[in-house]
Amino acid sequence: MSQSLVTALASQALEGIVEVAESRGELVVRVLPVALVEVCTTLRDDPAFAFDFLMDVTAVDYPGREPRFEVVYHLYSLKLNHRVRLKVGASEASPHVPSVTPVWRGANWLERETYDMYGIQFDGHPDLRRIYLYEEFEGHPLRKDYPKEKRQPLVTRADVEPAQQRRQRERDSERYGRWQ
Amino acid sequence: MSDTDAGSKAPGTVGLDELHGEPLELQMGPSHPATHGTVRISLKLHGERILWSDVQVGYLHRGFEKECEAGEYAQAIPYTDRLNYASPIINNVGYCLAVEKLFGVEVPPRGQYLRTIASEISRLSDHFTCLGAGAMELAAMTPFLYCMQAREHMWDLHEALCGARVTTNYVRIGGLQSDAPEGFAALCREKLAAALAIFADVERMLTENPIFRDRLEGTGIASAETLIAYGVTGPLLRAAGVPLDLRRTQPYLVYDQLDFDVPIGKTGDNYDRYLVRVEEIRQSVRIIEQALAALPDGPIDVDDPRLRLPPKGRVFNRMEELIDQFKLVTEGARPPAGEVYQAVEGANGELGFYIVSNGSGRPWKCRCRSPSFSNTQVLGEMVQGALLADVVPTFDMINMIGGECDR
Repeated sequence: MSQSLVTALASQALEGIVEVAESRGELVVRVLPVALVEVCTTLRDDPAFAFDFLMDVTAVDYPGREPRFEVVYHLYSLKLNHRVRLKVGASEASPHVPSVTPVWRGANWLERETYDMYGIQFDGHPDLRRIYLYEEFEGHPLRKDYPKEKRQPLVTRADVEPAQQRRQRERDSERYGRWQ
Repeated sequence: MSDTDAGSKAPGTVGLDELHGEPLELQMGPSHPATHGTVRISLKLHGERILWSDVQVGYLHRGFEKECEAGEYAQAIPYTDRLNYASPIINNVGYCLAVEKLFGVEVPPRGQYLRTIASEISRLSDHFTCLGAGAMELAAMTPFLYCMQAREHMWDLHEALCGARVTTNYVRIGGLQSDAPEGFAALCREKLAAALAIFADVERMLTENPIFRDRLEGTGIASAETLIAYGVTGPLLRAAGVPLDLRRTQPYLVYDQLDFDVPIGKTGDNYDRYLVRVEEIRQSVRIIEQALAALPDGPIDVDDPRLRLPPKGRVFNRMEELIDQFKLVTEGARPPAGEVYQAVEGANGELGFYIVSNGSGRPWKCRCRSPSFSNTQVLGEMVQGALLADVVPTFDMINMIGGECDR
């Protein structure tokens, strides 16, 4: 990894950065949740970093560790052609992490996916709902304590229909009420 | 977002207060004849103008990561074929490069060249699919059939390399399933020439076709800033004038030894995306031709008993190799603990694999950063305020691949 990036990180002494490490040529930066949005904004706007791409957001589950979840962000800079991996902890009791959607709009779906798969709550996300699975799905399948073979009851037409029919009826009566 | 907000934001649309009634709600998909992907687009329309849209993905979600975590490292390779089934070998290569990075090994030159050639064959197959299906959804059937015929030639090459046409499972951790067959270079040149001859006809039918241009020019425009903010990569971003190509900016395999151009567009509309893909087809052919000419002799696999099975003759006659084979078959490859992120240039953008190993034979985490996911996210913004008919070419040129987007 580029040495200039490491020195830039060291010289800036950003508040909230707990650890800067290198693993297999990749830079890993551990950040406190409270400082995440600030750190991300600096990383994006400071010309020494210029991380304009948020490539990926995901989480890793380490049961028994505190904090249990690690939310992982992969950033890329188009201008300086370097990468960094940010890591933020999230505890099992209250898995809350601030959303970085104000910094990168593309975080929207990525955080929705991480919420769907791990149940991490992204505070400040404009539209935090499941993205792959259906609303009635129970649990978060990529957590290590979710059994792979577990079956979920299928949501049938009968479960969905009453609500749909009700909505349709309401809409119809609004529109065509006077004809009925 | 409330309806009135969307109405006032969209350029060239009438605010809802001027509407006599409520907006028309339209559901496109999940299985729509004019979209080549399983996706649902909820639209609110005023006449034919799009006031609001919500793109819903996940219909092909099958738990790629959970399945990978349950198996050994090598057992995940067939799953990667099914991520982007239009260019399976690029997925194989991306995953195997990530695991090799964990081990800290590098494949010998011949293996690297063959991987490069196979990747570009897959890229051609992906672009043929995208352009053919795109034309078909704009009601041009002939280019679709021609492109499928061109793709058949690419699949013939897949078949020559590994026996399978679609789900290749060709690349192995630390090498390849098998060496290229005898006469592969000649076959490759012949098939490429045949595919290019067919594609020349497709170009004649499409590039200057007034109907095709009308549908594509000036539609689905997104600025480079917007695309970057959404993490969009690949042909979409290059069509907006940003020459980001991982084969050039962060070269892997042998791309730094090969000469090729990175085509970029000007306006970032659908027509530029089409032109960029057309040019990339030519560049891929150039890459394959150079790689074939420079293809060195030698082994294709790393000589490392942690990754590749030793030769059978030695297993039957020597103790060490017998133990190696036994351990590799029963426990699988066991990379040292740690984590890596490895990105390759997929046919639609940056394809990344983030793998966390705890030192056991199974990945603790195997994450795929798929280009289609980020690219599809921006669809709503691209069609905001546009005509309903513009959704089709925009969606085509985004080239959302369900298997990769939904994983």
